[in-house]
Amino acid sequence: MLQTEPQRHLGILQRLDTVMQRLGQQPSTLIPMLQEIQDEYRYLPEDLLTYVATALNVSPATVYGVATFYAQFSLEPKGKYVIQVCDGTACHVRGSMPVYEAICKKVRLIDGKATTDDGLFTVESVSCVGACAAAPVVTINGEVYGKMTPDAIVVIIDTLDKRGDEVS
Amino acid sequence: MMQSVEQLQSLISRCEKQRKAHKMRLEICSGGGCTASGALQVAAALEAELDERNLRTMIESVYTDDGCGGSVAVGTGCQGFCEKGPLVRVQPGSVLYTHVTPDDAVDIVDGLVNHTIVERLLYRNPTTKKSITKESDVPFYKLQEKITLRNCGYIAPDEVNEYLATGGYQGLIKALQMGPEAAIAEVLQSNLRGRGGGGFPAGRKWSIAAGVSADQKYIICNADEGDPGAFMDRSVMEGDPHRLLEGMMIAGFAIGASVGYIYVRAEYPLAIDRLEAAIAEAEALGLLGKNILGSGFSFNLRIKEGAGAFVCGEESALISSIEGRRGMPKPKPPFPAVSGLFGKPTVINNVETLANIPDILHYGHQWFRSLGTDASPGTKTFALSGDVENTGLVEVPMGTSLRQLVFDIGGGIRGGQPFKAVQIGGPSGGCLTEAHLDLPVDFDSLQSVGAMVGSGGLVVMDANTCIVEVARFFMNFTQMESCGKCVPCREGTRRMLEILQKIVEGRGSIEDLDHLQEIGAAVRIGSLCGLGKTAPNPVLSTMELFRKEYLSHVVDKRCPAGVCKGLRRYLIDEQACKGCSRCAKACPVDAISGTIRQPYTIDQDSCIKCGACKDVCNFDAVEEVA
Ligand SMILES: Cc1cc2nc3c(=O)[nH]c(=O)nc-3n(C[C@H](O)[C@H](O)[C@H](O)COP(=O)(O)O)c2cc1C
Ligand code: FES
Repeated sequence: MLQTEPQRHLGILQRLDTVMQRLGQQPSTLIPMLQEIQDEYRYLPEDLLTYVATALNVSPATVYGVATFYAQFSLEPKGKYVIQVCDGTACHVRGSMPVYEAICKKVRLIDGKATTDDGLFTVESVSCVGACAAAPVVTINGEVYGKMTPDAIVVIIDTLDKRGDEVS
Repeated sequence: MMQSVEQLQSLISRCEKQRKAHKMRLEICSGGGCTASGALQVAAALEAELDERNLRTMIESVYTDDGCGGSVAVGTGCQGFCEKGPLVRVQPGSVLYTHVTPDDAVDIVDGLVNHTIVERLLYRNPTTKKSITKESDVPFYKLQEKITLRNCGYIAPDEVNEYLATGGYQGLIKALQMGPEAAIAEVLQSNLRGRGGGGFPAGRKWSIAAGVSADQKYIICNADEGDPGAFMDRSVMEGDPHRLLEGMMIAGFAIGASVGYIYVRAEYPLAIDRLEAAIAEAEALGLLGKNILGSGFSFNLRIKEGAGAFVCGEESALISSIEGRRGMPKPKPPFPAVSGLFGKPTVINNVETLANIPDILHYGHQWFRSLGTDASPGTKTFALSGDVENTGLVEVPMGTSLRQLVFDIGGGIRGGQPFKAVQIGGPSGGCLTEAHLDLPVDFDSLQSVGAMVGSGGLVVMDANTCIVEVARFFMNFTQMESCGKCVPCREGTRRMLEILQKIVEGRGSIEDLDHLQEIGAAVRIGSLCGLGKTAPNPVLSTMELFRKEYLSHVVDKRCPAGVCKGLRRYLIDEQACKGCSRCAKACPVDAISGTIRQPYTIDQDSCIKCGACKDVCNFDAVEEVA
């Protein structure tokens, strides 16, 4: 079901309240709350960071400090498809970089940018998704693709591209 | 709800009996590797085929009174032999099928019903080409000895009765019966050493925490598994979550903690789901909560999801992270066992360490010490990956040689290439070469050659790997993961990375090698936590073992493995060149000159190795040489 933006906002505020009720209104609840927001928006909108600071009675600087420390959190909106290329040791020695380069070329990402201008793709390199035996590994919105090659990943992205206008 | 030890014991006996009575099962690997190669589709096809023939029994009904008929299809945790996945094991007989596809479902179920074997799916010995029926006869499995992975890949991880049927929670019963002091003594005598990397005796840590009096103590399971190239802890959590829970309960009981945290990295969503489900099952059975089995011991477990920071695997950083702060390490002492989470005595143990505990209590320390070596008893799990024929998850007695791991179990180097090195212990570890192949793998012998067992990632590299590039890769990792708190680590890793970058781009000099050594020594001594202290290891160990290769890069400007792009050269073949001038026009730096219809040449000094000339040549006259 499609949600309007205010509905979505209300929804996340309710979920944040639930997290707080479950884990207590204390600093150690900060990371679980940020994870809840990241889950919903796939990034951390600034107004929600301020909300969390007020709710937990910690300074906005503390919240910002935590949000920027951990790789899981992003302050920038991510693309509709988040493509993560594993560049852990096992994947690296089995050729993850050529796969990464093929993806960037395919979705036309240049100059070290992570998200395409149309907001469709975000490409990141991550270290080890724990499927090393299937190296090199790529995940697209969490779905794992093993034993990738530059040619194979391009074919997979093509099938996504076609789904581009569907509602996810 | 179990009210007493006796009730639990009778439930265990019933589960054991029911499990024995039930013969036919398909154990379908649903671990990370097999899932990535299509195991879920295989599972669906097998289930559909069983349904079609009205043969399917659900796993829950195996443990009810009339559940002995039919076949169950269980999705298990990692069975280990990821290379040959998707894997399916048929019981009875432990028949192993490899590279299974959904189309094989009909034949597999036929075989199950008629007690025949689907020959084409069996593993074949690569040299003799003979097929092998039983899993335990396959060389990959033959040398293994399993404790922490004993159930992983055999049982349904989301069904507590399956765990009970293998003798699960007997260790907890023993501990409750013998009391906290005796439980600690058992672990001390077993000499179980921490499997998270350090090798510190678990029993010693426990006795320190037990000796401190406090109103609240904690036990934390370190399931951050940040070492890239390692997936052992993940497999235990996904494949046998109750084992970890039982280990934590025993630890909690021993030190007097009433709350436990499992800190799992966010990249492992399935592990988190499985643990949550297992905790709910244990609560429903009364194995977690107040007054467990009427013993007066109360214990609860919580899961904390990591947020993607390698340094949070370090114990004091992990504690900061649970407390909701930036995951930065603290100077020690005080050690967590004295003052840890929220300032209370806290024992932090790795997943694999804790997964050994139930069996140590159940079978006793003497049994445990009969495995492995004297100073490193027990087993160790390894994640074999890289350029090895049989990638996968293995568990072997401590002291097994590297040669056995890489060649007998791992099947040697992929494609028959020459062996070059193994990287062990991840970004904090070192490289081992041909000369070390007969070294027994245990805590002390690896330390003696400047490497470490680490968490158990074992990445094999063949002759086509550039060791300098690998060193750069590790330095890039630690530099990015450095939390920035202390200067030697923050600045030192950055400078070392810059130098390595220069070398792989072909701009290195011989002085750079001295600088690496000097900075490396400083970072090693001056850093606050293990991340910085060990960050120079991959560089320093490869510089010692592969000095020649470094020299080729900086003196001859050659990369012997042909990997480093910046050291490649482009040459024009005089015979093939027609003198059309296309390459000269394409060259962005005007490095190519010549006369029309005569062979052109490339000025190596101004060439930037972009490869544009090679791309445009119609006569394949431009060669790329290492
Ligand atoms: C940078 C760094 C990362 C670490 N990562 C892990 C890890 O991912 N998992 C782990 O169990 N231990 C890790 N450790 C080791 C822990 O600090 C700690 O020694 C261990 O969890 C203790 O458990 P054990 O005694 O059972 O091994 C790491 C240490 C350092 C310095
Ligand atoms: S290194 Fe890529 S999945 Fe582990």
